[in-house]
Amino acid sequence: MKMQYFIQGGDFSAGGRASTEVKSIIKQFNISPEKIRRIAIALYEAEMNVVAHAFKGKMDVDLRPDHIRVVFIDEGPGIEDIDKAMEEGFSTASDEVRQMGFGAGMGLPNIKRNCDEMLLSSVPGKGTRLEIKVLF
Amino acid sequence: MKLQTICDIVNGNILNEFQDSSDYTKAFASDLMSDVLRFSMENTVLITGLSTIQTIRTAEITNLSCLIIARDKKVSCDMINLAAHSRISIISTQASVFEISGLLYEKGLKPVY
Repeated sequence: MKMQYFIQGGDFSAGGRASTEVKSIIKQFNISPEKIRRIAIALYEAEMNVVAHAFKGKMDVDLRPDHIRVVFIDEGPGIEDIDKAMEEGFSTASDEVRQMGFGAGMGLPNIKRNCDEMLLSSVPGKGTRLEIKVLF
Repeated sequence: MKLQTICDIVNGNILNEFQDSSDYTKAFASDLMSDVLRFSMENTVLITGLSTIQTIRTAEITNLSCLIIARDKKVSCDMINLAAHSRISIISTQASVFEISGLLYEKGLKPVY
């Protein structure tokens, strides 16, 4: 089962809508509540990263019997130093992002903690690609 | 602890009443949503001074079904509608996060972390 969602950068009122939709869809399948929780958290943090940092992006969801793979591709400033971005506490978020309860440098570590595979690549000045996989 | 009991303890108002039969056993206080996303929130009440649509989204994602918004922060119609859609109760109170935490701890709610 495949799904695709568009994510608008800077649209904080819609941020998280795609992740909650995916959560409600996967709840209909025989997936444990703990896996659903982990998937939802990873997707939400990733979606909010696109909202917070990129101009626009998309989220492609591929749901299989034994795993879920989600790819986020955005157009935006990209990440200069991925190792640094993965450090807990490091953030380049704006004040607006912080006022929404994010931007404390916990997003990427939270994603990594909640998925089985995570691939992150970025071209500064162009955009970022994040791939997440969770096994059932 | 039932929703109405929690509401009475913090001297608050339930903004979107629906049949909530949950028995809350724990509480977590934070304005940082990424911190909320780090922990399992089953049967937990979130005490926060952050009153934005992302507070509700975070609750949806983490299966939180009760939010206490501190210091009489304005709760928008969009927040109430989204919370109702996801069956999340919102309690509004004049008390501060510190005060709410103390009151609920004293009455037996346990910390998440």
